[in-house]
Amino acid sequence: MKIAVTGLNATDNPGPGVPVIRSIQMDKSIDAETIGLIYDSLEPGIYMENIHKKCYLIPYPSSGLEGLFNRLKEINEIEKIDIIIPTLDSELYAFIKLEPRLNELGIKLFLPTSEQLNIRSKDKLFNFCKANDIKVPKNITAGSVQDLYNIPSLGDYPVVVKGIFYEAYIVNNFEEAVAAFHKIAYKWGYPVIIQEFVKGSEYNVVALGDGNGTMTGAVAMKKLYITDKGKGWSGVTIHDPALISISEKVIAATKWKSGMELEFIRTADTGEYYLLEINPRFPAWVFLSPNAGQNLPAAMVHMIKGENVPPFTDYKTGVMFVRAAWDLISDVSTLEKISTLGNV
Amino acid sequence: MKKFEIPGNIAVSESGFAFSPSSGETFNFNELGASIYKKLRDNADPDQLINEMTDEFDADRAIIEKDLYDFISELKKFGLLKEL
Repeated sequence: MKIAVTGLNATDNPGPGVPVIRSIQMDKSIDAETIGLIYDSLEPGIYMENIHKKCYLIPYPSSGLEGLFNRLKEINEIEKIDIIIPTLDSELYAFIKLEPRLNELGIKLFLPTSEQLNIRSKDKLFNFCKANDIKVPKNITAGSVQDLYNIPSLGDYPVVVKGIFYEAYIVNNFEEAVAAFHKIAYKWGYPVIIQEFVKGSEYNVVALGDGNGTMTGAVAMKKLYITDKGKGWSGVTIHDPALISISEKVIAATKWKSGMELEFIRTADTGEYYLLEINPRFPAWVFLSPNAGQNLPAAMVHMIKGENVPPFTDYKTGVMFVRAAWDLISDVSTLEKISTLGNV
Repeated sequence: MKKFEIPGNIAVSESGFAFSPSSGETFNFNELGASIYKKLRDNADPDQLINEMTDEFDADRAIIEKDLYDFISELKKFGLLKEL
């Protein structure tokens, strides 16, 4: 079996591709070769050993669906891919749109529908949470600087300025909000989300939905170390039934089909959980899940294969991850191949 | 007699490292702190603890009492102890 995975950008803003592959490799009942689908010739996953059999450059979805489809078709003619696991938020719409055509090529995916993807998007999260009785910070969806004048309706500064796909800044006054708005709008487009700042500790959940409303598994983690980009660089598995119960509610309400990451803040004073974001894919820390006893990426592969996967019921707490900067040494011929041939 | 319970199965290792599996918080006790914490977990009576420590450290009972209740108050603040 051949499984192609995107998101090998294991940088300081890491994509989930490498940990998804490592998780699948941990399941010895899956006999699979992995293929890396990459957008850049310097994605670190390309240069890692025992992660992929081969890597292929693919065009960014923003450059057009046809170009992406034709390239995937070309790669499939060589590799005969069984499964593609897209792991980046920004490519999901494209893969959802291409799913029927990829199915015709014999390639299976495990993705939500466009409607499901939309209802949890950052600009719609507030309404989704309100409708499902989940605590959520107030927000404004800003399409222009004019909208920033409504920030006082969120309460006092600081507030969080967020891109529709990625990036967030905590800002302390109107001037900082304007600067962050322009920076994010330039990079990720509109709308820009302005969210109430909730003070507390950050907790995340990785979950897997079967597409029928059942949560196949979920592992909760407390971030122990957060980088200046807001990325969890170390974390530990914890178990709080309240977190798992909210995650179950989200999976049931969306009938989610795929991996999901839920980001929470637990308030310091009341201990309540506020849902900050629902990310529509496995997170970059998903390798914690098999090590805690729930191999969610592997479970997804089993479901794609049509196998019955009973929901996980438990996992081990106190399992930690710590990321490390680790230089990979390679020969420039690897870069040459990927840059000139588009594969390596 | 005041009784206490430790919420959320908090485990304390021999070295005094405590981990809360429900919140993910970690704490470091010194030797004495770990010993008192474990005794409170095992339903020790604070008055009895004060007597023991007054004898052991040859210190003023009032100071020991104040220190112990300060410590208990810190434990409660961090969610490490709940009064039953």
